[in-house]
Amino acid sequence: MSVAVSHIFKRFETFPALRDVSLEVQTGELLALLGPSGSGKTTLLRVIAGLENADAGQVTFAGEDVTQKSAYERRAGFVFQAYALFQHMSVFENIAFGLRVLPRKKRPDAEAITRRVTDLLQLIQMEDFGKRLPSHLSGGQRQRVALARALAIEPRVLLLDEPFGALDAKVRKELRKWLRHFHDRTHLTSLFVTHDQDEAFELADRVVIFNEGRIQQIGIPSELRQNPANDFVRAFLEV
Amino acid sequence: MKRATTDPLLARYLCIGAMLAFMLFFLVFPVAVILIEAFRKGIEFYLSALSAHHSVTAIRMTLVVALAVVPLNTVFGICAAWSIVHFEFRGKALLISLIEIPLWVSPVVGGLVFALVFGKQGWLGTWLESHQIQILFAYPGIVLATAFVTFPFVARGLIPLMLAQGSAEEEAALTLGANGWQLFWRVTFPKIKWGVLYGMILCNARAMGEFGAVSVVAGSVDDKMTMPLQIEQYYLALGPEGLASAFALASLLLVLSAATLAIKLGLEWRHLAPPAFRPH
Repeated sequence: MSVAVSHIFKRFETFPALRDVSLEVQTGELLALLGPSGSGKTTLLRVIAGLENADAGQVTFAGEDVTQKSAYERRAGFVFQAYALFQHMSVFENIAFGLRVLPRKKRPDAEAITRRVTDLLQLIQMEDFGKRLPSHLSGGQRQRVALARALAIEPRVLLLDEPFGALDAKVRKELRKWLRHFHDRTHLTSLFVTHDQDEAFELADRVVIFNEGRIQQIGIPSELRQNPANDFVRAFLEV
Repeated sequence: MKRATTDPLLARYLCIGAMLAFMLFFLVFPVAVILIEAFRKGIEFYLSALSAHHSVTAIRMTLVVALAVVPLNTVFGICAAWSIVHFEFRGKALLISLIEIPLWVSPVVGGLVFALVFGKQGWLGTWLESHQIQILFAYPGIVLATAFVTFPFVARGLIPLMLAQGSAEEEAALTLGANGWQLFWRVTFPKIKWGVLYGMILCNARAMGEFGAVSVVAGSVDDKMTMPLQIEQYYLALGPEGLASAFALASLLLVLSAATLAIKLGLEWRHLAPPAFRPH
């Protein structure tokens, strides 16, 4: 499914976080939002998920206008920077959450939920961790549980906010590889926020460079390096 | 290096001594007096004092009031804390201060406000009378006055707790398709339940013990006495029997306070200790 935003404006008090942002994530694409901290990239992600209301502009999922829909109606798969796992629930229950809150008619029965969660635990290579509490997991494990939880609802789009930000270098590399691999298999339309250009260039099909609430340039990694659109991009990429 | 723990011994003993003396005089001594006076005339008199008509009415009154006020203020407290933590709106800081007003004003003033509004000469007095609704000198008035005095307790404990927990888990639940109801019961409530219970216990203790506000709205109608009011009535009554009855009823409130304190300590130890001290 494609995701598009057009002419999005968002202001916090007097601080303009997003200034006329338009962007389309194509179906099956893995797109990176790259920029310095405070540049508005996380805000854009939150606007797409419905966690933040834009002051102006439109958000569409597969051509359908979802601007007025709340986060729980949009059901975008969202992986939070600090994971935001439910601390009082086991890994299993965390992953099952999105299925358990479905309206009765759409909700799978207990057996189907167990099957689905077990599959996801297998996918993230954590079959034996279902009963653990999040506080008893390492950072990389929490990150994978957060991902599995977001995937459980079979979202049409996956949004990741600094997905590897809090991990050490080794785990970060592994997870990066894993995510790319996962994306190659599923082609789930994905958008992730990062301030690390290696990460963006290594992982993403296309990279969007953000600064001061505006998109500076969109392109495939080689294009950006060869033809930086302006001084900011040139300085930021150090080319 | 000199640390706080290696301060001169004398200062330490002085501090601890002063604290112990204070506690002895203001806490242990009054409690002892109540218990001694309550049982001065023997266990039989104690029991008969408690089962006297006035005592039983007062105990029932207090229980009914607490039973009405605690759930009311629990719901209010959760709503208030939820709004303050999860919504952005103008005047939020003001609202937080307003919630605490009952802690700052004298309970008598709180009671007077209700007397002025609902009393015969009050704003709604004529209307209420023509509809034969009795608020003052009846359960509704006593419940209102008690609710006013105790309404900050649940909210005040929950606000800092919920602010510290942030909204991340709630946001995650939203993106996973949870509606408001599911969000609250499945995500928020499990995180705050001990805080809620803590607030309810404090609210209950205060509701049962409230004197000032209730005495204004209850007036001196004989069978509309809560325990604290009845204690005063007994106390004002002449003779040693009145005094002993007053202390008997007071001892019951004391037991209640002790139970509250025990539950509160238990909760603090188990669930509300700062993270560094929390047993894993």
